[in-house]
Amino acid sequence: MIARYLPDYLESSAAEYPDKVAVFDPSGRTITYGLLNQQADALAGFLCARGVKRGDRVGVVLPKSIEAVVALFGILKAGAAYVPVDYSAPAKRGQRILGDCRVRAVVIDGRCGEMIPPADEPGMALSTIITVDLPTHQGSSGRAGATTLAAVFEAKLAPPRHPRSRSDLAYILYTSGSTGMPKGVMLTHENALSFVDWCSDVFEPSAADRFSSHAPFHFDLSILDIYLCVKHAAELHLLSEELGKNPKELAEFIAARQLTIWYSTPSILTLLVQFGHLDKYDYQRLRLVLFAGEVFPVKHLRTVQRQWPGATFYNLYGPTETNVCTFARIPANIPDARDAPYPIGHLCEHCHAMVLDNDHVEVPRGNEGLLYISGNSVFSGYWNRPADTANAFVVRRGARWYNTGDVVRWDPQDGFVYIGRNDRMVKRRGYRIELGEIERALYLHPNLREAAVVSVADGGMVLEIIAFLSCQDGEKPSIIELKTFCKAKLPAYMSPDRFVVLDRLPRTSTDKVDYQTLNSLVPPSITVSARA
Amino acid sequence: MDQLRDTIREFIVSHYLPGESPDNLRNDTPLVSSGILDSLGALGLVSFISEQFGVELDVYDTSVEHFDRIEDIAQSIERKQVRQ
Repeated sequence: MIARYLPDYLESSAAEYPDKVAVFDPSGRTITYGLLNQQADALAGFLCARGVKRGDRVGVVLPKSIEAVVALFGILKAGAAYVPVDYSAPAKRGQRILGDCRVRAVVIDGRCGEMIPPADEPGMALSTIITVDLPTHQGSSGRAGATTLAAVFEAKLAPPRHPRSRSDLAYILYTSGSTGMPKGVMLTHENALSFVDWCSDVFEPSAADRFSSHAPFHFDLSILDIYLCVKHAAELHLLSEELGKNPKELAEFIAARQLTIWYSTPSILTLLVQFGHLDKYDYQRLRLVLFAGEVFPVKHLRTVQRQWPGATFYNLYGPTETNVCTFARIPANIPDARDAPYPIGHLCEHCHAMVLDNDHVEVPRGNEGLLYISGNSVFSGYWNRPADTANAFVVRRGARWYNTGDVVRWDPQDGFVYIGRNDRMVKRRGYRIELGEIERALYLHPNLREAAVVSVADGGMVLEIIAFLSCQDGEKPSIIELKTFCKAKLPAYMSPDRFVVLDRLPRTSTDKVDYQTLNSLVPPSITVSARA
Repeated sequence: MDQLRDTIREFIVSHYLPGESPDNLRNDTPLVSSGILDSLGALGLVSFISEQFGVELDVYDTSVEHFDRIEDIAQSIERKQVRQ
């Protein structure tokens, strides 16, 4: 099937398998392909009746649920782009994201009302609020002027028949921004379709497959889970955020649901190995294990592979801006002697790559340099940030090439080998973190005079984030107070692990924070079994 | 003198609040809802409790309602110790 639009995948699966279960939610509720398509149509019809037009943005603030999947497809069918927001993040952050991209409508958990941007914000055109009462937590919504999703389904308005183009915006994923404001990565239907179609060729899924959906929908790993699964009329098994972090439950869940395809960050797989008691369960059906988002230390990868001998493992690499652009198949039986992480591997068919130095000059093959990617999966730009967009690309041979910021080396056998980064972006549990964003949040604390944040990598993966602070005269906040403050300002994965208060931060001769000196002041790491 | 609560307190302070005075972490200070313990921190504490006290906390014991204060955690441990 040649899809022109992401909802084409759903429409074709619904036509062929109307009664087959499409989605299992965390509590075991299910929805068929036929009903999923009907409900998405009804939502699309409703949004259009409320004036949502092609290219408009619609926020989605929902926990992992059938309703959330309906929302994504309904919004796409309306010709709009969805903007998924972490419902558990601080309300202020959600509000800034929804305000930044000027959402026309939101589909929101009744408990997250604080995230709705104020209507009097300049340029805001928010006309429609659809609240969702999830069966697991009843009786929450009832917001004035809001419509419930149940009422939308009852109205059964017919979906619109817009002109469609593969280059229409499909979704905006917000990632950490160094200025303190998350930045919106705009991805088109074409960007996602080219990646999903490549996955079909390489992973050959079928309607008999059972996909995990571990990543939250605001995380780019969800694109493979949702659209590859729906394209092949397979089953999508949604994991709640709580379950996703609980290795004991997770180990049981993967076996009990007889999942065949697993996709997550290495962090989660490592937790499964350490705390999941994998030897207690039967994983015979598991045939494919995909991981992405960060380096996977080989000792843990080897252990997972031995626990799941029937599965083929792949390392997928690519920033949100390019989607997956290189991949490496991990050989069966990783040798005991190997301790170097596996390479990010060879280019996917939908991408082209070049390796440039800091002056944008191509380096000789085999030398280290920055990886640039072009191709159909590469994003169109950052929402409302023309300068950042321009800085992210170079133009060569008539094409736009995205600077991943990742330093790599080409090896004829391994393909691309990941070396590291030369800026202040770090990864923790697969999430991108701009250390500058944490500093901006800390500067909001009334008692702090200076803040500088550094990170410590351990074995290529586990990362500690350390905040160095100096205080205004007088009150020195306690560590507990600082933790609580960060919890209110930042998503949990960005909160520093340690705080070190100094009289004043070291500065260079040009009066910039001296990060080199700070790195030497990092106190020795604490051994915690959960972080080992 | 309450050794159980102090042992938990010492572990949390040394692993997740280095530099903090143990006196600031009271038996009723919120742990999860305040950001002191994230999901990994909670796992670390559950394993510590298992090693230290031979008590396995289950999903019920580790939900936010029963895991948000040293007092609640200590009571879960005490309940399980009685039953063993």
